[in-house]
Amino acid sequence: MANHRPWPRRAVDAGQWSALVASLAAGERTLLGLWGDADCVHMALLGEKGRDVAVASFSCAQGCFPSVAARHPPAMRFERAIHDLFGYEPIDAPDERPWLDHGRWPVRAPLGDRQPPAPEPPPYPFLTSVGEGLHQIPVGPVHAGIIEPGHFRFTANGETVVRLEERLGYVHKGIEGLMTGAPIARAAKLAGRCSGDSTVAYAIAFARAVEAALAVEIPERAVWLRALMAELERVANHLGDIGAICNDAAFALMLAHCSALREKVLRASAACFGHRLMMDAVVPGGVAVDLDARAPHILRSLVGRIRAVFPRLVELYDNTASLQDRTVATGRLDSALAQKFGCGGFVGRASGRSFDARRDLAYPPYDRLEFEVPVLAEGDVNARVWVRIREVEQSLRLIEQILVRLPAGEVMAATGEGSGEGIALVEGFRGDILAWVRLGGGLVERCHLRDPSWLQWPVLEAAIEGNIVADFPLCNKSFNCSYSGHDL
Amino acid sequence: MRRILFDSLLKGPLTEPAPSGDDPELLALGRELKTALDAWFGGSLAIRMVDAGSCNGCELEIHALNNPFYDLERFGLKFVASPRHADMLLVTGPVTRNMREALERTFDATPSPKWVVAAGDCARDGGVFAGSYAVAGGVGVVVPVDLHIPGCPPTPLQLVKGLLALTGKAR
Ligand code: SF4
Repeated sequence: MANHRPWPRRAVDAGQWSALVASLAAGERTLLGLWGDADCVHMALLGEKGRDVAVASFSCAQGCFPSVAARHPPAMRFERAIHDLFGYEPIDAPDERPWLDHGRWPVRAPLGDRQPPAPEPPPYPFLTSVGEGLHQIPVGPVHAGIIEPGHFRFTANGETVVRLEERLGYVHKGIEGLMTGAPIARAAKLAGRCSGDSTVAYAIAFARAVEAALAVEIPERAVWLRALMAELERVANHLGDIGAICNDAAFALMLAHCSALREKVLRASAACFGHRLMMDAVVPGGVAVDLDARAPHILRSLVGRIRAVFPRLVELYDNTASLQDRTVATGRLDSALAQKFGCGGFVGRASGRSFDARRDLAYPPYDRLEFEVPVLAEGDVNARVWVRIREVEQSLRLIEQILVRLPAGEVMAATGEGSGEGIALVEGFRGDILAWVRLGGGLVERCHLRDPSWLQWPVLEAAIEGNIVADFPLCNKSFNCSYSGHDL
Repeated sequence: MRRILFDSLLKGPLTEPAPSGDDPELLALGRELKTALDAWFGGSLAIRMVDAGSCNGCELEIHALNNPFYDLERFGLKFVASPRHADMLLVTGPVTRNMREALERTFDATPSPKWVVAAGDCARDGGVFAGSYAVAGGVGVVVPVDLHIPGCPPTPLQLVKGLLALTGKAR
């Protein structure tokens, strides 16, 4: 496919498609995403070494495609979503239930042939477990805290979870439908609102995909400012979550201190970039706000402040037996499963999967920065906390390096109204975010955004098995998958 | 741990008289809020937060209301786990069609008298998500709204001001 940058996209036939599926099933490649388009489905793959990406497209002119999930389960929810949005049938799919479509929309297949909906929402058959003494606990979609909505169906034997089944899609906003035909600027706004906690990472992913499609070079200063924002976002989220995980283990002191540090990061971000979450600060072509003269001072003292307080909190975490008792060996994610699902971010890295788009795909300016990617093998709540702790330290290092090396100059380049296709993989705090876009005359013809949570939600179901119901909030928080990013 | 606890005791609370450069009024607002709550709500207001489709940006800022800087509880406002314990629903997001029924049922489960506050730009009219096949509209399309707090997301201070405006309205 000409005009697809920076990695290739190829149309494949049924034989090649199933050969690719076989390579996924054999663990030679990792599935990055699977999504629908007008008349075809696309599958993004990460090569064996984890450094090259490719997209394969299979024509769906017949309205169907050979199921990937039939041989590679991580594709299951993607296929169910493709069916809901486009109406394409995955042939031999292991699970034919709808996923995002709860039977409440005014149309079926809203991005495909727009069929009329069924008059009544059909019942959703949950999977069953049979055995003596098993009971079900339905939870949600409205949860008992300040959290996003989703439904969890626990099957428990006494206190022990035998099975967890997730049902998501409650916050599906039809973002890809809204983007279709939208001007680039409006689509960028939507991209930055897929998952508010990752707004910078999403904005960078979308912008990089657009810039790749149009072959636009952005000013050097913008490249560095983007990384600065991305690391601030990572630090803020990790701090907030480390505190919240400890709070779910009934240790509120950590939450108080970590959330105070998080607040400092948000205030520094607001002072430097004009918005606490830095929404809409990254735009295709560069960045919308430049730092003023005070900013380096504000950010240096922020880093100093975190460096002064955080190690003591880490020590507190490490030395509190009642806390460790809850986090060590809880919610274990097997490393083979993390590998198979291509789990990104701290979820994968706490289970031995060493992948970080910043290092492995080395997009600028990370190709010129020094940092380590922490990896642990235990896969429990404790390991996920530790990976996050180490990532905070690395991000502080990165922020310092960026402040030293930040070049002067322009921060925006014109993007023009060209056409083309682009793809980007950007490391958000949760893991790698995929953005794929096809542009025509300055408008978005089709855009697909894949949140890291797509590949993390399913393994949470496995990680919770055998734990007690009361540990679910703790496990769930340690994964902290996005509902909005997943549901789109 | 002891060291951290002692330090916290000696250094005093993290809450500041002037919480941020742009708005030195939090404490004053808080005092006003507390007086209103004492007079009209028996000293406390229980809030049930409902995400009806938000991007989670609004939740992050609502969470921040509990951090030591804003510490909303000291003014008598607290977040509760069940709508049955709530005086007020704080709703975010455009209401997605998939969440519409859940929001209606949460509203019905909240005892009267009750208030509904819609937080964030998309809670008003769907915001950037308006017009989507998957979005029912703003919160007001589904349940009666007493107050809207603008912002994308509203900052913690905007949220506190909004809540104060609500208590003012209750009089
Ligand atoms: S108002 Fe903004 S931050 Fe809040 S849910 Fe809507 S898009 Fe997200």
